[in-house]
Amino acid sequence: MSSTTTYEPELDFEKGADVLKRQIDWRVASYFSSCVHCGLCAEACQFYVETGDPRYTPIYKLEPLKKVWRQEYTFFGKMAKALGITKPLSEKDFVDWEDLVYDSCTLCARCSMVCPVGNDIAYMIRKEREGFSAAGFAPDELKGATKRAVETGSPMGVTWKALSAQIKHIERETGLPVPVDVKGAEYLGLLSSLEIMGFPEYISSLTRILHQAGVSWTLSSETFEATNSGIQIGDSKVAAELVERVLKVATDLEVSNIISPECGHAYTAIRWESANLIGKPIPFRVVHIVELLDELKRNGRISTTGKTDVKLTFHDPCNLVRKGGVVEEPRRLLNSVASDFVEMKQHGVMNWCCGGGGGVSANDRASGLRLAAFNIKKRQLDELGVNTLVTACANCRNILEEGIEHNEMDVEVVGLTELIAEYLDPPEAGESDSTS
Amino acid sequence: MSDFILGPFWNFAVIVFTAGVVGRIAMILMCGLSKDLAAARGSSVTGAVGTVARRFFPRKETVKSNRFHIIAGYMFHIGLLALLFFAAPHVQFLKNHLLGFGWPAMPHWAFILSAEIAFAGLILLWLRRVMHPVTRLLTRLDDHLAAWLTFFAMVTGCLALFESFAGLRVLHILGVELLMIYFPFSNLMHAFTFFLSRGTTGARAGRHGVKA
Ligand code: SF4
Ligand code: SF4
Repeated sequence: MSSTTTYEPELDFEKGADVLKRQIDWRVASYFSSCVHCGLCAEACQFYVETGDPRYTPIYKLEPLKKVWRQEYTFFGKMAKALGITKPLSEKDFVDWEDLVYDSCTLCARCSMVCPVGNDIAYMIRKEREGFSAAGFAPDELKGATKRAVETGSPMGVTWKALSAQIKHIERETGLPVPVDVKGAEYLGLLSSLEIMGFPEYISSLTRILHQAGVSWTLSSETFEATNSGIQIGDSKVAAELVERVLKVATDLEVSNIISPECGHAYTAIRWESANLIGKPIPFRVVHIVELLDELKRNGRISTTGKTDVKLTFHDPCNLVRKGGVVEEPRRLLNSVASDFVEMKQHGVMNWCCGGGGGVSANDRASGLRLAAFNIKKRQLDELGVNTLVTACANCRNILEEGIEHNEMDVEVVGLTELIAEYLDPPEAGESDSTS
Repeated sequence: MSDFILGPFWNFAVIVFTAGVVGRIAMILMCGLSKDLAAARGSSVTGAVGTVARRFFPRKETVKSNRFHIIAGYMFHIGLLALLFFAAPHVQFLKNHLLGFGWPAMPHWAFILSAEIAFAGLILLWLRRVMHPVTRLLTRLDDHLAAWLTFFAMVTGCLALFESFAGLRVLHILGVELLMIYFPFSNLMHAFTFFLSRGTTGARAGRHGVKA
């Protein structure tokens, strides 16, 4: 794979159409063949549920890909195209569907859990985005984030200089060293730009917890970003490039494990897509921080003392539960530090998305839809009457805070790693007391 | 005419149906699928079997909002399968022409009940299709043709069993033949491909440790 150093998307219908054609594998073909147009997937999608607009029906978002499948892979479709009865894929399809493919889909995969014929709709939308981005039809903010990720290593343009300033601050705050470029460490820690800039308490919590556990770990000054804009926009080439950067530093630093930060899609990118993107298995074990904390806790390598008696609930990041099966781990952790942990009615694999996954959080023109989708979360929180919402994804946290602020709700959002760090036993330096 | 319907046209329908279904499944599989190279967290086999089985039932979280469709869907499918495999003439047909063995057919009252349930289900599903904004948007001519052909085969089948007049059996067989010919080219194929779609979703999810 050649190294990509820049990203300059151009409008190119032919390229997009060609890429879209190449997305049809037998999973997609079996899904379209099985779809009975029952519409049951609509009620699973937050955007349909909150707007009532039938265009937001998950399977409808796939019309361009379905058109390609029908005209290339079915008898009547081929015939109708040959006879000029149906129109071939055109640039208008990209124009008309761009908002459905990017603004009204967080790739949360909730629809994929309910389809009676088993269609994994999110898998197809992810693939459809490949065609759209190749044709140059994607939101400007996502294009910008992808360009920054390729050119600077961070979708937000966060540099090593900014991170190292945070690290210095964290070292002062915790009194602990934050290991950087330590060759032969057991774990390579990755971060998201959002954590670095918005939630640096994650980094200090991670430092304190791994110190107590005696885990040898390191950050890399060369590549520290875990998120993958290539996956969000649907550009496998960029996605592979970003993944390869991580794998390169993991190899150079001779680590055997990689820790995905509190970020759902970063976890999907490194844990589940990386090997497929580069076309071979990766020689590292990848764990989400929540999996690692649970493992360390169960092995007795970290211990906590006391519990918060504040009534709180947990928002499952979609990528963890529906793409990675990480359902019980956060609950075990929460129960160990919270005495009044209550569940939302729909949680675990059927949780409702925060509304900002799959690049929707970066997409300005989707902000109205995002806030509409948040109404579900608002109802869930109101029903429970909680003032503390714990999650394990910086992007979810950001979007949830946006919705909470917009609705003037009295709810605090806390990262799970942060919560665990608060109850460490023995406590490390820099401990705070925000939820107790 | 009836000789043609019961003879050559029947053979033609059987050939189109069989070759069409096999060909369609082969075409799907020939699209290829890249292997999932990520380290597994669970079993793809258990995942596939589990999802194929689980999706016969709706998730409890979705029942409330989809109640109408779920009930109508069960009514139609259960009624139709009961008619297909337990109506006396069908049991006889399968024994004599296909399997060489049979099983007890359902009594007349059960036939009437199954037919009523299946008809009600089919009509309710079709009404929802034309009235609900989501299904209206998704529906294509194919969905209507499939529903109407099924309806025609069912109506003529019921009338044939009541033996209202002799030609009805031939008409029913014609209906079934048309349905068989149309089947491989339509989304009626879901009757076979649902194994693939559920299976592949379940297999991938199973590898990821997800109960899909
Ligand atoms: S629920 Fe499944 S079968 Fe029904 S319309 Fe959606 S994708 Fe098609
Ligand atoms: S993946 Fe989520 S947001 Fe996208 S269509 Fe499905 S339910 Fe809606």
